Amino acid sequence: MIDVRDLRVTFGHGADAVAAVQGVSFAVREGESFGLVGESGSGKSTVLRAVVGLNHDWTGAIAVAGAAQSRRREKGFFKSCQMVFQDPYGSLHPRHTIDRILAEPIAIHGLRDADARIDRVLRDVGLGPQFRFRYPHQLSGGQRQRVAIARALVLEPRVLLLDEPTSALDVSVQAEILNLLKRLRAEHALTYVLVSHNLAVVATMCDRLAVMNRGRIVEEMDVEALRRGAAREDYTRQLLRASQGYDRAAADSFKDFA
Amino acid sequence: MSDKPLLEVENLRISFPTRTGVTQAVRGVSFTVGREKLGIVGESGSGKSMTGRAILRLVPPPGIVTADRLSFQGEDLLTLPEKRLRGIRGRRISMVMQDPKFSLNPVMTIGAQIAEAYRVHSSAGTAEAKRRALEMLEAVRIRNPERVYGLYPHEVSGGMGQRIMIAMMLIPNPDLLIADEPTSALDVTVQMQVLAIMDELCSSRGMGMIFVSHDLNLVASFCDRILIMYAGRVVETCRASELHAATHPYTRGLLDSLPRLDDTRAELPVLARDPSWLEDISPSPVQGEGRGEGDVGGPVRSAMAGPPHPNPLPRGERGHGPAEGGR
Repeated sequence: MIDVRDLRVTFGHGADAVAAVQGVSFAVREGESFGLVGESGSGKSTVLRAVVGLNHDWTGAIAVAGAAQSRRREKGFFKSCQMVFQDPYGSLHPRHTIDRILAEPIAIHGLRDADARIDRVLRDVGLGPQFRFRYPHQLSGGQRQRVAIARALVLEPRVLLLDEPTSALDVSVQAEILNLLKRLRAEHALTYVLVSHNLAVVATMCDRLAVMNRGRIVEEMDVEALRRGAAREDYTRQLLRASQGYDRAAADSFKDFA
Repeated sequence: MSDKPLLEVENLRISFPTRTGVTQAVRGVSFTVGREKLGIVGESGSGKSMTGRAILRLVPPPGIVTADRLSFQGEDLLTLPEKRLRGIRGRRISMVMQDPKFSLNPVMTIGAQIAEAYRVHSSAGTAEAKRRALEMLEAVRIRNPERVYGLYPHEVSGGMGQRIMIAMMLIPNPDLLIADEPTSALDVTVQMQVLAIMDELCSSRGMGMIFVSHDLNLVASFCDRILIMYAGRVVETCRASELHAATHPYTRGLLDSLPRLDDTRAELPVLARDPSWLEDISPSPVQGEGRGEGDVGGPVRSAMAGPPHPNPLPRGERGHGPAEGGR
């Protein structure tokens, strides 16, 4: 469904150039849920933004749903591939009602029966029609993230790119959103790419994952191996250890991986 | 751990009058802190940060703080004149905030800020302050303290910024450190390293610490004792090592809703909030002082506008989800 070959993204020019992504390749099958894990600055979000067309300056090859992508995306691309952002406080227009937020993609793509679509998608994400004419500030963080998911789903895409969808939420709300995403994937046969720094979230949500560090994929593994803690690379092992709570001895043994 | 607690808090209440009535952010919290690491855990809006701020009288207006007792080494923090309080705030009790980006002065070099923190609280001269600041930077494992001393906050990474804040807070050698989500903006490996620094400083200086966090697993592995807060109350207190055996349904719900690495559950259990948690008094007041528990509850209700609020949780700060998801 998604095929990324030797993706490179560089920001800046000359001496100030930062190679954020340095030759990343991975493939995601249809219906699969794929995790991208790494610490801040590892390039995981940059990869996602390049796939969805928000970063223009990349080299390599990106194919989504069998179609090779150029730097600029066709309008039709966004009917098959949508993104959900990390911060539900920043990603919804504060002066647009939920109705307007959801109606915009429908209008852009010239689809009909907007009314029925909005109604259906709101029910789909567990918000009733009573939320339709509210403003984002009237909703809680979890509800806003549901709206962001609804906006991504309203075009009935086949691929959903999720950039840290729950890291701004409380754990009890995180559980609700993760459950929702799991249910939606099953119901709509969606393909997910989930970016997260939280290994436990990836273990719950994904079938396979890639661990990134400093713009490169360090290791690809399936979720069974992650659960067993069977990492091949030292970097992954250190990440696993650090996610398992505070441990004085482990903290002293940590090193930097270039 | 010394026998006399550093800090004693009894029946702490914080309320904010608003146009629609009085919001009770903290409703009758009691605890003591000795030379130990006490964790305060809860979701956004549970009142955990406000509890930490109230200790230093940093609750922003129009917040109203009352307590039967709020004393630090025998001094009453509630009635202490502002001038005397300044001798405690920063010097004997200091506070590390969540985000170095907003807590460091952007137009002052790092070294100048740390040295200033030292000079305010001691009669040291410039050279002495600089020497101590460099020592402190080294203590928080900053590799090239001389270079970092001259940098501005925007020139350092988040993890380094957090270490700088810790250095600044520890330089007056406080007895009690209040850390409000000190590591939640950091990567897991950096977080571990920063915690190790604080852990070491706690044990080597015999400092007490209040660690405010939303991360249950982290607190359980780092602290000695834990308070679990919900809607302005302490619902449960336990030893950190016994968190997994917690009994309160809220604590259990939180623990269950955490995704785990070895997770094979098809669906995560969702926390079902029971309105009775809002009324329940913590079954075991810390240190077992048998307070009269009947006094809490009644007056709170009458002070609130109208019938029991559908969602009495105070609004979370921006950037965190208020503790409710659409159902």
